[in-house]
Amino acid sequence: MTRMHAFLSSDFFWKFKRSPVAIVSFTVAMILILSAVFAPLIAPHDPFNPGSLNLMNGFSKPMEPNQFTGDTFWLGTDDQGRDVFSTILYGMRISLFVGVASVAFALVLGVSLGLLAAMAGGRTDAIIMRLADIQLSFPAILIAMLVFGIAKGITPVHLREEMAIWVLIISIGLSDWVQFARVVRGSAMVERQKEYVEAAILIGRGPIAIAVRHILPNIVASVLVIATISLALAIIAEATLSFLGVGAPPTQPSLGTLIRIGQGYLFSGEWWILFFPAGTLLALALSVNLLGDWLRNVLNPKLD
Amino acid sequence: MALLDIENLTVEYPVRHGIFTAVDDVSLTVERGEILGIVGESGAGKSTIGNAVMGLLSSPGRIAGGTVSLEGDRIDALNAAKMRSLRGKRIGMIFQDPMTSLNPLETIENQLIETIDHHLHVGTAEAKERAIRLLEQVGIADAPNRIKQYPHEFSGGMRQRVVIALALCAEPDLIIADEPTTALDVSIQAQILDLIKRLCREENVGMILVTHDMGVIAETADRVAVMYRGKLVELGDTAQIIGQPQHPYTKVLISAVPPSNKRIDRFTRVDYAQSGTPPKADIDLNTHWLGDGPARQIDGQAMLTVASLNKVFRSGGGLFGGKAQENHAVKDVSFHVKAGETFGIVGESGSGKSTIARLITGIHKPTSGEIHFNGDPLHEKPKTGEEILRRRQVQMVFQDPYSSLNARMRVGDIVAEPIRVNGTAPSTSAARTIAADLLALVELDADAALKYPHAFSGGQRQRISIARALASRPRFLICDEPTSALDVSIQAQILNLLKDLQAKLDLTLLFISHDLPVMRQMCDRIAVMRYGEIVEQSGGEAIFTAPQHSYTRSLIDLMPKFEPDRM
Repeated sequence: MTRMHAFLSSDFFWKFKRSPVAIVSFTVAMILILSAVFAPLIAPHDPFNPGSLNLMNGFSKPMEPNQFTGDTFWLGTDDQGRDVFSTILYGMRISLFVGVASVAFALVLGVSLGLLAAMAGGRTDAIIMRLADIQLSFPAILIAMLVFGIAKGITPVHLREEMAIWVLIISIGLSDWVQFARVVRGSAMVERQKEYVEAAILIGRGPIAIAVRHILPNIVASVLVIATISLALAIIAEATLSFLGVGAPPTQPSLGTLIRIGQGYLFSGEWWILFFPAGTLLALALSVNLLGDWLRNVLNPKLD
Repeated sequence: MALLDIENLTVEYPVRHGIFTAVDDVSLTVERGEILGIVGESGAGKSTIGNAVMGLLSSPGRIAGGTVSLEGDRIDALNAAKMRSLRGKRIGMIFQDPMTSLNPLETIENQLIETIDHHLHVGTAEAKERAIRLLEQVGIADAPNRIKQYPHEFSGGMRQRVVIALALCAEPDLIIADEPTTALDVSIQAQILDLIKRLCREENVGMILVTHDMGVIAETADRVAVMYRGKLVELGDTAQIIGQPQHPYTKVLISAVPPSNKRIDRFTRVDYAQSGTPPKADIDLNTHWLGDGPARQIDGQAMLTVASLNKVFRSGGGLFGGKAQENHAVKDVSFHVKAGETFGIVGESGSGKSTIARLITGIHKPTSGEIHFNGDPLHEKPKTGEEILRRRQVQMVFQDPYSSLNARMRVGDIVAEPIRVNGTAPSTSAARTIAADLLALVELDADAALKYPHAFSGGQRQRISIARALASRPRFLICDEPTSALDVSIQAQILNLLKDLQAKLDLTLLFISHDLPVMRQMCDRIAVMRYGEIVEQSGGEAIFTAPQHSYTRSLIDLMPKFEPDRM
């Protein structure tokens, strides 16, 4: 309880309470994330259960009773009669899972490599950072597509469907580690010059203990900021890949897959199949991004 | 009518938990040709007065009461445009850091001409003539050529001269100098102070000199205002304030300044700033963990021997080779430190004194030369586990109390870490108990162990840093500028603490500082360094009473004289 109290009286929370942007984006992000997490409880239909679908419900307009069955769907249905609201909730689950997992992967990889580069210095540092530079000279989405293509080629056919999500996570994560590595290396090199690190050397701490016990806790703030901003980017990257048809498989549709499916109907009048998934993606990415921006201002790590 | 008349000035900063009064009901006057010193420790509000006069209070600060008048005209409520025309023209300002107060992308000429033409509207040609004359006036040789150079081509002292020329260029009536020499070495400080004094007389301008340094005040100011926590506690002639201070705080402040002309055993009466009584640790070394460390040495035996030590730093180069630059930071340095004594290394910035500390602790590897500590060669890699442990007897107290503690660790864990890492206590709880004892030994409260470093002031952090060093049971303690980031009364407390600990624990100290009066109070023997070399080495008092080398003599000459018994 004292921790809760300490948090509520902290400057961090005080600044949060005084920032409308932070409050709104936090609330929106929280609503979206919670409704994705609890999708099975919230969703009125199970879009993956073909038995519950009625083809007669196809192309129902939002908030209007279907002309054949009289059923009403908040956000309408697609050609199969699937409830768009439910598919968005389930799709957001996939999007968020891929986003969070790929950021976690990029974070672990980037933080380890960045710390290694900063602590080892010399040739190790040069090699890691030049690799990062080379990777940065390609668009992230191309890297992700390249990794995705190679991974697809080497996975056995019968596993492709199952593996698709994990391949997606690894390819997005691999395209994103550079941000973490750069910031961590920069911050760690600043911290390494500080006298508390010298003191740790003097009392006999080894380089790994110094990196993990002393330097890492002091750069966690910058890592947190990058992670939040990267989350928004990873969600968009996943949507882009899925939109291009190389991401989440149709059996596990993400927001990007929904948008790809929806855009086929845009000009034939069924706008809602595209509009609502796209709006959700926008709201999710924007709120997470704004939250990350606010975090950066408050925690004020030296970013370049 | 006084040139500047400050009456009942109150400056407030609304903060999260109410209102912070930075300046509380302060009244001061400055006459033409007079230097008024404002002295106080950090947070006393001395800089805020200068900023309030200039209309440069940082947001959300505001003048909550009182008036500021320049030659009878009120200037505290002027609008931004009027204030701007006043600033620079009638009130000039000299800032602390000459490295950042000039625009690095413009030549000195352009910066001076722009300012002169802006305020006096004399045209570029006339402005240029004036600019050259100003540079000559502030003592820059070969002004017509040097004026075409960029700030990076000037040294720190020369830059501060340019800053002074900038402050003078619109022929102001009043100059506010905020710590004008704090970022400078002693020898340059003396020149700048001389220059400031001379210009005030010649140009008949009034000056407010804001500083924390009593020595600077004693040398420069005509009258002194002593500030304490936003309040003006004493105002008087310099000789009176330093010789016969009246207010108890002033007395404490004066007694905390290390006198430059004699050695005193302890600083007296330096506890005004502290609230409550610090806990007194009562540790019996015969039974305590701290007394259980490595055997003591007989005083007078050589403990640390440094022979022909060299360190060359190479920068540049990299993956693809490239030409590396060399910097010979330590040149052929030899000295020894005897058990039980305090050996001092004094020198100006860049003289290589801190590099020597880092060569001894093994943070840097020497290019050549030998360092022996009780027979162990510190310049080589340790060969046995025992040798590694023996090296833990060398510990260090660092300069910057804000970066020398890991902000993400509790103070108790910081102090207990050496004990746990080296396994010198039987259990974690025993390590915690010992850490608590050490914190008490450096006179910190018992609940300090549970807090994080940000909850402590600079002086308290330095105590934590000392406790951490003691947790390795050192025999040899390197103090690298341990008090240069601290206020003078805190400095006196830390110096007292170091002396007490040295006597109690039989420590040998290597004391590194640029501050000669502090060295005089602390050191048994002193080595003077310049450009990486030791120019002179002798007994502590002998350096002051009979300096041999010309550089030592000039250092002694130039150090600000603070001699309260002669005032």
